[in-house]
Amino acid sequence: MIDVVQIVVLTFVALLGVAVVACRDTLRQVMVNGMFGLSLVVLFTVFEAPDVAISMAVVSNVAYPMLLLATIYRTRGRGADERERE
Amino acid sequence: MSVYPYVVAGVLFLAGLYGVVSSRNYIHAAVCLTVMQSGTYVALIALGAVSGGQAPITKGAQPGKPMADPVVQALTLTDVVVSVVALALMLALAQQSRRRGGTLDPDELARVRG
Amino acid sequence: MSRRRLRLLLFVPVAAVLAGVLMWGLVGLPSFGSPPHAYAAYLLKHEVGQRHVTNIPSAIVFDYRGWDTLGEELILFTSVMGTALLLRRGREDTGERPRDKAASAAVRHAGAFLVPVVLLLGIWTVSYGYLTPGGGFQGGLICSGAALFLWIAGSYRLHRGLTPTPLVDAAEGSGAAAYIATGLAALAAGQAFLAGFLPSGTVGSLLSGGTIALLNWATGLEVAAAGVLIFHEFLEEYIQTVPNPSPRQEER
Repeated sequence: MIDVVQIVVLTFVALLGVAVVACRDTLRQVMVNGMFGLSLVVLFTVFEAPDVAISMAVVSNVAYPMLLLATIYRTRGRGADERERE
Repeated sequence: MSVYPYVVAGVLFLAGLYGVVSSRNYIHAAVCLTVMQSGTYVALIALGAVSGGQAPITKGAQPGKPMADPVVQALTLTDVVVSVVALALMLALAQQSRRRGGTLDPDELARVRG
Repeated sequence: MSRRRLRLLLFVPVAAVLAGVLMWGLVGLPSFGSPPHAYAAYLLKHEVGQRHVTNIPSAIVFDYRGWDTLGEELILFTSVMGTALLLRRGREDTGERPRDKAASAAVRHAGAFLVPVVLLLGIWTVSYGYLTPGGGFQGGLICSGAALFLWIAGSYRLHRGLTPTPLVDAAEGSGAAAYIATGLAALAAGQAFLAGFLPSGTVGSLLSGGTIALLNWATGLEVAAAGVLIFHEFLEEYIQTVPNPSPRQEER
């Protein structure tokens, strides 16, 4: 049987996952993706998988944002530079 | 209601796939790919969960309560960490695309290459 | 534009078929909450008796499915190498490290306090990985997070100074090498590759697990080094965005 907490968390995960895809602005997507990751952490915790929850917590809230933000600034800053030069 | 977790996993996978197909930005596409991956995590972990169970860790476990499937958890936890370097590789490719092709849009890059 | 529209048009029927097959497959899985299948049930019953490790997923990662984990480690290794190759090539290395310092005193002090705490948390997660939730994969990544804190709370110079690239490169390689060496040592001891050949120790103590503990530490070292290397490359890209990097205020 599935209990109420699990249903609620699953619904959150589904909604946030779709929100991540629907978010076309990459900078905002980083934020939404962080929330999606956090919802997955809660999901893994209520699904009796603490090891995976720890993995997901570190990955989605330290590594992903850092890599994404560095890439976004690199590609944006470069674009602005080039436009100025031309 | 007992198929709901699997449906959520399928929804995540398909949403991520749609994002990858329709994306106009490599960074966005890379994040959508991680959403697809998350779909597989949810499917695996839901497959392993036991109703009224506990985590498969015998230290401090309550006797008599069933334990969740540790195999799928082991599979998932390594993949979660490895997904970081996979994302890093994709983002490095995106940066190269920006640097050499001058664009992050897959379609525009195809036009640049001819 | 037509290309994109064509792709989206093609996507609709393909996705419909895929969704159908996917849902059909997923619905055919054992219903949610049903007891684990035979392999998992066997491991749950006999793992502690065989390997003396209380965190069963860790025992599976580093022992029963140690071969898979070797594959994952090599994926990690090659991805990091690919990233480093892609980003290092074509980057003009000025050699000059920017003198950026965190502007806010609160960030500096809280960060200085957090660096050792996060590092300790990472090492703790690795070392107790086979007793309680945690392990080399998670703990290693937390350790690399500590290196990131050096940049957030201190400066880029500090971050690069305390994690010199040759050292991190060496650490990553030796982590992967240690994993394979442990596997080969099992061969030398007359057993199968990656088999546990060391005594398993007392259940629930840090000395339990035998080779599981060794492989756990090797993985922790490799993942930590891989994380730091990737952060180096991406931060270097970020730093180069601004020619005279003072995104944060100079210290007064």
